[in-house]
Amino acid sequence: MIQSIAWRNIWRSPLRSGIIIAAISVGMAAGMFSATFTKGWMNQRLEAGIETEASHIRIQAPLFDENYDLKEYIPDTESLITSLSSIDHVNGVSPHLVIQSMIASAETGTGVKIVGIDATAEKSVTNLYSKLGEGKYLEGIKRNPIVIGRNLAKKLKVKLRSKVVITVQDADGNITGGAFRVSGIFDITNGMYEEGNVFVRKEDLARLVNMKSSTTHEILVHLDDTELIDEMAIQLKSQYPELKVQSWKESMPELGYINEIGNLYTYIFVIIILLALGFGIVNTMMMVILERIKEIGMLMAVGMSKLRVFSMLMLETVMLTLTGGVLGILIGLWATYLTMENGIDLSMYSEGLENFGYSPMVYPVLEMESIIVIILLVIATGIIASIYPARKALKYNPADAIRTD
Amino acid sequence: MNIIEIKELHKIYDESEVKVHAVNNISLNFEKGEFAAIVGPSGSGKTTLLNMLGGLDKPTDGNILIDNTNLHKLRSSELIRFRMMNIGFVFQAYNLIPVLTAKENVEFIMHLQNKNKKEREERTMSLLKAVGLEGRENSRPSKLSGGQQQRVAVARALASKPKFVLADEPTANLDSKSTEQLLSIMEELNKQEHITFIFSTHDQRVVNKARRVITIEDGKVISDIRKDVESDSK
Ligand SMILES: Nc1ncnc2c1ncn2[C@@H]1O[C@H](COP(=O)(O)OP(=O)(O)OP(=O)(O)O)[C@@H](O)[C@H]1O
Ligand SMILES: [Mg+2]
Repeated sequence: MIQSIAWRNIWRSPLRSGIIIAAISVGMAAGMFSATFTKGWMNQRLEAGIETEASHIRIQAPLFDENYDLKEYIPDTESLITSLSSIDHVNGVSPHLVIQSMIASAETGTGVKIVGIDATAEKSVTNLYSKLGEGKYLEGIKRNPIVIGRNLAKKLKVKLRSKVVITVQDADGNITGGAFRVSGIFDITNGMYEEGNVFVRKEDLARLVNMKSSTTHEILVHLDDTELIDEMAIQLKSQYPELKVQSWKESMPELGYINEIGNLYTYIFVIIILLALGFGIVNTMMMVILERIKEIGMLMAVGMSKLRVFSMLMLETVMLTLTGGVLGILIGLWATYLTMENGIDLSMYSEGLENFGYSPMVYPVLEMESIIVIILLVIATGIIASIYPARKALKYNPADAIRTD
Repeated sequence: MNIIEIKELHKIYDESEVKVHAVNNISLNFEKGEFAAIVGPSGSGKTTLLNMLGGLDKPTDGNILIDNTNLHKLRSSELIRFRMMNIGFVFQAYNLIPVLTAKENVEFIMHLQNKNKKEREERTMSLLKAVGLEGRENSRPSKLSGGQQQRVAVARALASKPKFVLADEPTANLDSKSTEQLLSIMEELNKQEHITFIFSTHDQRVVNKARRVITIEDGKVISDIRKDVESDSK
């Protein structure tokens, strides 16, 4: 009965309630859409980061990534690869020879991480091969092909088939160099990755630094189900305690935070909107209570306890807020639905974004969690906003409330 | 047997500069089944007395015993519960919850008392019938006349089966025909349910219906007359 009184009370002044409900729904529509938009954006970044750059699990010699020492390679790579490949759900294994080096064109030079790969194996762990804007993936050039990123190509002012020179320290500590020709240029949304990573054939690189072509510093492992990554990483860790096994979350921790940062951003945004709306709600409820002093006095006179009066007013506030909140969430979901398929093109505003790996096309993504969190925040706002007005109502003693003219 | 004993009751309002001795040493007893009017000029202290009797206001001095419970010794939460269980109220206006229908308004206190649905419905329908509002049970107060609203209020006051009903100028806003109707309904219910009615009024026609008339002036009882000559019934 109290619920039904509270609900009907909202509609006693439809205009006043309508205005505050409209304000809440606009705010929450913005909040909801911002949630799905951010989610979509972050997911794209995450997926690009994992599928194009990090793959699922990385295995290294334990000290390798501390100083990129050439000699910190994984012993007995071949049998390791064989046994990794035979594990259930593993659908790709690719060994890398990794060296920090200098790359120079006729114009200029810069430092890069040079990764020696086997093109076929690499295609099973990353999709970089599908991101080539020009040329081919270590094909079409007979001697020393190299694949570089678009940004690096711009920086070095080189084109397809241009010559670049790689300078490295070989296994014996001598400085050595070799000429490579650009066979392909990849375009991904992460400009820093484009600038800092180049790919050559593993045997070409091994020859350059005087090592066996089977030498491997790290192995990337790809699974057929992303849900299993953490579990598999744990399993491999215990299976190969002498090696450093890391899931993508550990090998690229900045990717792991993306989701949390995205959520945090959304919730802070929603909380700020609700805070502003909260003042409007308090104001509305103060007006409501002033108008109903006599009625509230009568309710207390005939036997409604303070607690019940308080909860009735709180319920009314929460219902009012929630009506606006749910309406807003629906509008936000509708906006998400409209843009989910075709995406939103931010390229007009997003000069710098691509350098950090964010695509200018955003496809909003809906997650149940954000709906639930927003609803809980809306309810909390209703509860908090009702406390002050409802307490005010309890200050009157029923005789005075009835007498007031 | 007395169900209400008022002993040396005082109420002094001293919030403003002038002290008002609104109730000045009133002692009164009421028995079960009385139909009593409190009359007196405006400002004589009728509302103040009824509010203290209903536990809505605290006396400055003196005691009110209801079936041997000292009303103002109760803690405020106990007092609210005591009111809900024992006292029916009819005010001059603002009696009803505007968003509830006549039927829901009558049921309201029984809801607070956690009475079951069957009991609520039966009692509500029989009371609405008794106050002549059969067929209007689903109307909201705004769709009822002033007289009909007061009749709903009387039904609501009786719904919880209180020990007595307090009505502060229940007919002040009514025309003479509605006043007449409301009074006969109250009289009828008083006889049928044997419930004590205590009401204040300015209206001589209402006074004439009462079987006991207490006149107060300046917060003091100046006369208390029982008209026990009820030759028609019994
Ligand atoms: N809250 C209050 N504060 C101060 N004085 C008050 C208060 N309520 C009532 N009074 C005073 O107490 C006296 C008695 O008032 P009360 O309302 O009880 O009279 P009443 O007999 O009910 O009058 P009416 O017939 O006009 O309703 C009046 O002088 C009134 O001004
Ligand atoms: Mg009065």
